[in-house]
Amino acid sequence: MIRTEFLCKSFGKLDVLKDISTEIKKGEVVAIIGPSGGGKSTFLRCLNLLEFPTRGRVYIDNIDITTGKIDIKKVRQNMGMVFQHFNLFPHKTALENVTYGPIKVKKTPKVEADQLGKDLLSKVGLAEKAEAYPSRLSGGQKQRVAIARALAMQPEIMLFDEPTSALDPEMVKEVLDVIKGLARSGMTMAIVTHEMGFAREVANRILFLEGGRLAEDAPPDIFFTKPNSERACQFLEKVL
Amino acid sequence: MVLDFVNCFNSFFLAQILGQAIGQTGLVLDFGKIVPNIPFILQGIGITLAFTLVSALIGFAWGTILSIFKISNIRPLKWFADFYTSIFRGTPLILQLAIIYFSTPQLIGYAIPPFQAGVITFSLNSAAYSSETIRGGILAVDKGQREAAMTLGVAYPLMMWDIILPQAFKNILPALVNESIALLKDSSLVSTVGALDLMRRGQIVASEKFIYFEPLIFVGLIYYLMVMSLTWVAQGFERRMRRSD
Ligand SMILES: Nc1ncnc2c1ncn2[C@@H]1O[C@H](COP(=O)(O)OP(=O)(O)O)[C@@H](O)[C@H]1O
Ligand SMILES: [Mg+2]
Repeated sequence: MIRTEFLCKSFGKLDVLKDISTEIKKGEVVAIIGPSGGGKSTFLRCLNLLEFPTRGRVYIDNIDITTGKIDIKKVRQNMGMVFQHFNLFPHKTALENVTYGPIKVKKTPKVEADQLGKDLLSKVGLAEKAEAYPSRLSGGQKQRVAIARALAMQPEIMLFDEPTSALDPEMVKEVLDVIKGLARSGMTMAIVTHEMGFAREVANRILFLEGGRLAEDAPPDIFFTKPNSERACQFLEKVL
Repeated sequence: MVLDFVNCFNSFFLAQILGQAIGQTGLVLDFGKIVPNIPFILQGIGITLAFTLVSALIGFAWGTILSIFKISNIRPLKWFADFYTSIFRGTPLILQLAIIYFSTPQLIGYAIPPFQAGVITFSLNSAAYSSETIRGGILAVDKGQREAAMTLGVAYPLMMWDIILPQAFKNILPALVNESIALLKDSSLVSTVGALDLMRRGQIVASEKFIYFEPLIFVGLIYYLMVMSLTWVAQGFERRMRRSD
């Protein structure tokens, strides 16, 4: 479903991603882990072209999206993204945040979009917060609205960039539970996370990014018990 | 028209000379003398306010477009907006007004009324200033907002209109009100091309009656009250914003 070939990204002289070649299959959940500054966010952002790769290719459903001939807006509609800092629209209510994409981009009639929005808000446990503005919501609630907003476009792929890193510890679980639910429903997902227990539980595969290289690409059982690389061993020693 | 312009200046200088004379003789103020002229002067409030409001609105709309030029990747648009701003910020407002008022008839053969010339000049000028303010407001919006809109597949113009600009405007509202205050005061410059605004009416009364202090101080008081009300509005916005943050 997503495939990268020799994906490279540099910011000026800084090479952030070096020849990343990997694949995420339909229905697969991939956790991306590794030390801070290793290029995890950049990798994720190259998948929906929030960052344009310096070299290499990104295929979505076997279509190369880096040719410049593709309408990237269409591709993005099919890939929801959830950010570390939520990025909810502060001047819109929770429901308006969720329905904005369907109404303005997909031209869904408002009544229909409102129904979809309410359904999604109940799905993430926030039915009663539909009319609340983001400033009135806790971090965990904001992130759940952000997930509902991404789901409202009915994407086939979801990208998460450290969805729980900005949350107080007591709110981490409510967000992870929503993501686990999505995993069970068969959504294709790429999740950057520092929650090792969670990664081990939901991911079909772990990508370990270190210094811009894909140092490890393995199922969780293997990665967490007998990683190949020295770097991964050191990293796991620190975080486990 | 030209005569009008000159006359106006003459009366102004005359009033100044008179003023000095009065100052030397230590005359007391007698507002009773201008009571019959008060309705005439008050009618200028509407003109000054209409003038300020129309110029501020057009200036704001055009300034928004310029600010979007300034942040765009299209080089010629950026250059144009930057050059435009530098011209209007780099020359005196009264000169811009004189050029538009006197050259329009020459260029296109249309004898432009003073009010129109004023509105055009002040709109163009205030757009230059507010485009900088708006640009700052846009850049101050968290870039995550843009990315969130992009990942939903929202097109650039829609994203600007629905997501970025509302947040930018909210942040710069106090600054925009302050710019309208400056505009309100500067609007008195249209008196130099003969528009019957508050300032001009004060001058007319002054030169008709050969009294200087009373009408101009009365006019000054009206300006002061209008500016204070606007300042109060701006402070209200600022307080509300601080509370909502
Ligand atoms: N827009 C950017 N401009 C310049 N450098 C960047 C930019 N984004 C990320 N970087 C750099 O790229 C490296 C990898 O960043 P990132 O992908 O955010 O890592 P991670 O998410 O694994 O912490 C870091 O050194 C970071 O400073
Ligand atoms: Mg990151």
